[in-house]
Amino acid sequence: MSEVIKDAIEQEFTTNFEALEKRLNGASALPIHQVRKKAINAFQELGLPTARNEEYKYTDLKKALQKTFDFKAPSPQGKINRETIEECLIPGLDANILIFINGVFSNELSTIISPEDQLTIKDLEAATMEDKELIDNYFAQYANYEHDAFIALNTAFTEHGSFIHIPDNKLVEKPIALYFFNDAQAGKSYNQPRNLFIVGKSSQATFLEVFYTVGKHESFTNIVSEIVVNENANAEYYKIQNNRDTAFHVGTTQVWQARNSQFSAYTFTLNGAMIRNNLNIASDGEGCESHMYGLYLLHGKTHVDNHTEIDHIKPNSFSNELYKGIMEDQSHGVFNGKVYVRQAAQKTNAFQSNKNILLSDQATINSKPQLEIWADDVKCSHGCTTGQLDEEALFYLQSRGVSKERARVLLLYAFAVEVLENVKLEPLKAYLEDLISERLHKDF
Amino acid sequence: MSKDNQILEEFTSKEYEHGWTIDLEADQAPKGLSEEIIRFISAKKEEPEWLLEWRLKAYRSWTKMKEPKWANVKFPDIDYQDIIYYSAPKQKVKPKSLDEIDPELLETFKKLGISLEEQKRLTGVAVDAVLDSVSVATTFKDKLAELGIIFCSFSEAVREHPELVKKYLGSVVPISDNYYAALNSAVFSDGSFCYIPKGVRCPMELSTYFRINAANTGQFERTLIVAEEGSYVSYLEGCTAPQRDENQLHAAVVEIYAQKDAEVKYSTVQNWYPGDKEGRGGIYNFVTKRGICAGERSKISWTQVETGSAITWKYPSCILKGDYSIGEFYSVAVTNNMQQADTGTKMIHIGKNTKSRIVSKGVSAGRSQNSYRGQVKIMKRAEGARNFSQCDSLLMGDKCGAHTFPYIDIENKSAQVEHEATTSKIGEDQIFYCTQRGIDEEKAVALIVNGYCKEVLNQLPMEFAVEAQKLLALTLEGSVG
Repeated sequence: MSEVIKDAIEQEFTTNFEALEKRLNGASALPIHQVRKKAINAFQELGLPTARNEEYKYTDLKKALQKTFDFKAPSPQGKINRETIEECLIPGLDANILIFINGVFSNELSTIISPEDQLTIKDLEAATMEDKELIDNYFAQYANYEHDAFIALNTAFTEHGSFIHIPDNKLVEKPIALYFFNDAQAGKSYNQPRNLFIVGKSSQATFLEVFYTVGKHESFTNIVSEIVVNENANAEYYKIQNNRDTAFHVGTTQVWQARNSQFSAYTFTLNGAMIRNNLNIASDGEGCESHMYGLYLLHGKTHVDNHTEIDHIKPNSFSNELYKGIMEDQSHGVFNGKVYVRQAAQKTNAFQSNKNILLSDQATINSKPQLEIWADDVKCSHGCTTGQLDEEALFYLQSRGVSKERARVLLLYAFAVEVLENVKLEPLKAYLEDLISERLHKDF
Repeated sequence: MSKDNQILEEFTSKEYEHGWTIDLEADQAPKGLSEEIIRFISAKKEEPEWLLEWRLKAYRSWTKMKEPKWANVKFPDIDYQDIIYYSAPKQKVKPKSLDEIDPELLETFKKLGISLEEQKRLTGVAVDAVLDSVSVATTFKDKLAELGIIFCSFSEAVREHPELVKKYLGSVVPISDNYYAALNSAVFSDGSFCYIPKGVRCPMELSTYFRINAANTGQFERTLIVAEEGSYVSYLEGCTAPQRDENQLHAAVVEIYAQKDAEVKYSTVQNWYPGDKEGRGGIYNFVTKRGICAGERSKISWTQVETGSAITWKYPSCILKGDYSIGEFYSVAVTNNMQQADTGTKMIHIGKNTKSRIVSKGVSAGRSQNSYRGQVKIMKRAEGARNFSQCDSLLMGDKCGAHTFPYIDIENKSAQVEHEATTSKIGEDQIFYCTQRGIDEEKAVALIVNGYCKEVLNQLPMEFAVEAQKLLALTLEGSVG
């Protein structure tokens, strides 16, 4: 990225921050605003990452930010009609539906079906006034804004988003589905929603984040979700992107796990212009179990960068990671999986696997599975493969009378299913199955 | 501490055995680095004008470069003005044969177990011995010359085969390739040069032995191996240094150029002084090694056993340019006490149907940090490229670390790339199995580590494999866990 553009964008954000401070008026006395100030300072210190930054080596933000989003002021309130929204909902999924337009929670469009004693759902802005204690205890405690410029930006501009609190000992049966709509009908839009999910001790909940861009213009989302999984709790988290190819997205999911908790993340990326998913898990208690599943099917000029990090801090934990990708056309896939096992984290079992198929000579994959281990009594392994469809398997199917095209689709589908079959929500699984097989038939 | 931890502890605490020095009168340059010093070195070596220009160009680009900080190693800043860049043992006349060499020098190498005379008579390994900055002796030169093989010190090659040196010097590692390579290009003092003509299969192992003797000096040698069409050579390299409290810098460059159908095998047993238990002293081993498979069906194979050095920063690489060329990398890196190693390889696939194989075995003990950093890059035009990488780490004790940083960059759909890594420790059950069979615990650990490294050690020439096995046992002595 040229220095001039970089400086200009950084300056725009600073101007925007001053505007935010004015708008906040009295609310700037809250402790959360001190966090914002620290974060904007951190951002000014860090600057936007360039390709020289190891974490952003393969993801050039120039493409995203040269689209000259106007960062000087917040994007205007969006408006998307109910019909469009309903078309986008996952069919048959009996869930709490939370609708966000340009990052702002819409009460009237949302439907909450779980009983009130099971959970609290509100816009983050309301929570900063009403749930001060929880906000002070949990907000920005896990997503480290001192090291990542995008987390710093999001933290500095925290206003809207969601606050979901599940008290101890509650089993929330209905999934909580958050739909984020970017209104890019009239012009480019950018927004920075912020989520805080707190799952109380021995509770259980399922979260979904789904992203859509409506309209033909570009959109830029910089989202941060912090998920706190307390003792014995079990949380599942799905992130689904089937955006337009005008969507630019940087997202960080920061998870903190306490003793004996379980957490599973499922990331499906099917579309978009430039998508960066950061999934960071701190396994900070004994007996934690963490699962990370990812599937990326890329075509056109889509660029998807999945960065995952699991940090084993305490002993006797388990983590398993499986990320698979199929790259077609001029798409570019990036995978970086970090596994840290700290000195105290003896008896950790950590496994990681990344498998890729390249279908075109213009497609690229950069994979960096990274293991860092400071404890000796552990079992850790990672594997990474890149290749194409097995010629013998293709031949086998053809010899059984399956056409070459169908055999290809079948094998690719089988490749994807290894990730898909782990999805626990049946309607979601069916929906993704449809999406994937449709894509495979159309594009591959 | 459990019992097997105790054994590990004992196993890993053996002392360095090459820590002695011999008083040799040395001809040294003053401390520091400047254009004057480079002119001084060049003049000392009676070099032609073009080489001086080349050095100065390297120096100028070095002054504009910054030390790389990305490696997973920590050390205080090096004061490059506090190093002696040229030190040569004094010799009155240029020796014509071994008999004329200063007996003190011969003694030095004898003490290292490389008796130059004996080597000549018995083992049939041609040795080029490099002490501090210069090559002191090369054996078997005449016999090799009969086959048209040139094996001599670098300065001799500059004098006698300037056209070859001019053609290939810097062709694989350009002068401004990286910070340490640029420094080496500016101040390199000697090294080995090896040229195998077309169709010749070198009948014996060629070997260079490096020894740092003088204090406050840095060693900057340069090795250049050129293998013409259809030739074969196996090359060995060994190194030791005295035990000193300050850190000494070793920044070498090795270039290999393999033409069509040529095969070069390069083996290293690196045993520089690693520093004491508290991490005082030891060699900083910052080495650039790279080979290019320029012709079709050429092959370069790197094998390394890294047991010494306080810090190792080393990535022997292969540029697979010719179609059907093959690159291999076999490595055992053992770190103990406060040692740090950041080592691995780069396999750049450019030609069609190129193959590479990486086997890296890391063993960390004590409070050491051992990192594997490797890159496999398949370029757009590299149809049918194939890579297999395996990097395993063995941890002995709970204060050391093992890190893996593989970069896998693929731009061609027909590539098949596999990478796998594991981390484990020596199990109590494994040790129990051995003791139950009457093998004592210390031997059991040596056995298990040797078995773990077998895949790599098998790649070494026989004489070296034996030495390497002993070295492994030695480095880890007292560290069983």
